[in-house]
Amino acid sequence: MNYYLKRTAQIPLTILAVATLTFGLIRLLPGGPFTQLRLELLQQGVPAEQVDARIEALQNIRPDAPLWQQYLDYMVGVAQLDLGQSISLNEPVIDVLARSLPWTVFLVVTSTILMFVIGVVIGALQAYWEGSRFDRITSGGSIFLLSVPYYIFAVIFLFFLAFQLQLFPTGNAVARGVDASLSLAYFSSVLHHATLPILAFTISGIGSTALNMRGNGIQVLGEEYVEVARLRGLSNNRIATRYVARNAILPMYTGLLLLIGFRLGGTVVLEEIFSYPGLGYYMIQAVNANDYPLMMGCFLVITVTLVVGVYIADLTYGLIDPRISAGDSDEY
Amino acid sequence: MSTEPDSAAEGIDWRSESSNVEMSRRDQLSELYEQKIRVPAVVAWSDDRTRLGILILSVYLFMALVDVLGLWRDPSPNQADRFLRPFENMQYPLGTTNSGVDLLALIIDSTPFILLMVLAGGVWATTLAVAVGTLSGYKGGTVDTVITTISDFFMAIPGLPLVIVLAIALSPENPILLGVVLTINYWAGLGRSIRSQVLSIREASYVEASRTMGTSTPRIIIKDVLPNIMPYVMVNFVLAARYTIFAAVGLYFIGVLPYSGQNWGVTLSNAYYQGGLFSMQALHWLLVPIIAIVGLAFGLILLSQGMDRIFNPRVRTRLTGESESVTEDTDASTTEMI
Repeated sequence: MNYYLKRTAQIPLTILAVATLTFGLIRLLPGGPFTQLRLELLQQGVPAEQVDARIEALQNIRPDAPLWQQYLDYMVGVAQLDLGQSISLNEPVIDVLARSLPWTVFLVVTSTILMFVIGVVIGALQAYWEGSRFDRITSGGSIFLLSVPYYIFAVIFLFFLAFQLQLFPTGNAVARGVDASLSLAYFSSVLHHATLPILAFTISGIGSTALNMRGNGIQVLGEEYVEVARLRGLSNNRIATRYVARNAILPMYTGLLLLIGFRLGGTVVLEEIFSYPGLGYYMIQAVNANDYPLMMGCFLVITVTLVVGVYIADLTYGLIDPRISAGDSDEY
Repeated sequence: MSTEPDSAAEGIDWRSESSNVEMSRRDQLSELYEQKIRVPAVVAWSDDRTRLGILILSVYLFMALVDVLGLWRDPSPNQADRFLRPFENMQYPLGTTNSGVDLLALIIDSTPFILLMVLAGGVWATTLAVAVGTLSGYKGGTVDTVITTISDFFMAIPGLPLVIVLAIALSPENPILLGVVLTINYWAGLGRSIRSQVLSIREASYVEASRTMGTSTPRIIIKDVLPNIMPYVMVNFVLAARYTIFAAVGLYFIGVLPYSGQNWGVTLSNAYYQGGLFSMQALHWLLVPIIAIVGLAFGLILLSQGMDRIFNPRVRTRLTGESESVTEDTDASTTEMI
């Protein structure tokens, strides 16, 4: 079957599975969101007979219906983009999510691309000058970067650049009073606010990318086809881009799925530190405010974003490697 | 470190087996010591990175020991003046917080907790990944399809948000439970990459031979497949451990994990939210937990870089003087993208 067709067909299935998991977490996890919500409502003094009705209004689940009915209701709700009502913000969950999703995507996409490009360039140069001073220093640097989590960079940047030197804002995605428009003021404000989060998120990932690229690059440089290409008298540029870079980057693509997952999950901490109004920030706000419908909405949307992100990354894989067909293996 | 079940990786299995008959128990033990402990130790120690890594990790083990034996005071408010700077008063070498808590005591006090959690996370993630990865890679067919589908699903869930939801329900305060919860879906990705390693091993001629002889699947996996992927597994064990500590501290930092008593993440969070950000005076309060976290991760990474050499048979033979014409291998496989 056609790879792209197969891959596209997987998307709805995965999203269905993810929504099912979310339902399971809400409804079936002992001590999970559902139980907590009920406890919270009771504590607020809502009469016991009204609790079910309140829950139904907040989360698109009818607690007194049989489980399969609840599941169907939830799924229909998700399909209609009805994820319930946020308790703390007092507006539909989907509105909050629609507002915050672009910021998270912006952070993750920009920083991941930057990280990938910078890491690959550094790693390629290291492989090319293997054993040189540059190689040794950057290898040491990469190993060090591997051992510093991104939120430490975030805290340090925030301390020195935002609080002490006041070069950058300490929170939010745009300055107050700047309206969303296609104006220069808006864009510069957005960039100004996003610089530190993106910087922190990019730097921490460069180490592993560079080390990977270095290893792959050295391996590819030793291959016979590179030697043959040299003997054929191909230009250095052509060898570097078409022969070495392509084959060295390929193995790193397989890690991309995990990478995007780790980075999307990581926004939870990153956005909270920078008070950057993305999905992760709202998720933590919801946790702190016991706003369970919003929390589960954030969880669902972050997961769906990951599924879609990986799908898009997979589609570009075909551009680099024309041989995408993993043949099924025989059973022993 | 020397948990390799068999030395088949070196390909000298047949030789040692034939000589076993005449060897006394004592000789066997001394050979075992030579093979499993001395040679790896020598190889490990010969590399600067491993040496530094082991030294750093011993410092943490030492701190854990100090706490277990109760050799340093427990942290408590007002045990000293507020905001002492590091080395200002040698009674409190790392300084104190805004409520006069000895920072060194804070760090030492939570070391056993952190180490246990890191160990639990690493063991859980790698064991599960190895089991799943070898089984699906070696068996192939339907088993493979089922396992791959399941792990694909788990890979499609971002780790930290899932942990946050689970933490609300489970309130994991036990370090071992916490370690397991933090790496709840880490095994999926690792299992996937172990599977692809196994895929290339299953076609090897010695595996084919075992299969022809009618050896059972578990035995083939343990005797033929595992020793070959052991280096990769050990390196990834360390990386999983690193992931556990990063995730734990991150979540403690933003305050979504329950805790009793402070630990590095909570200290960092307190320093950050209780005014450590606004003045240079409290900078050390922020830096001490940061150094503790980065130091542990750095030690782990150095160890994983050096571990590659311990398991790399080519480096080992050169060290024991059996071969001279060996070029150093580059560590292409050591760092997964994380």
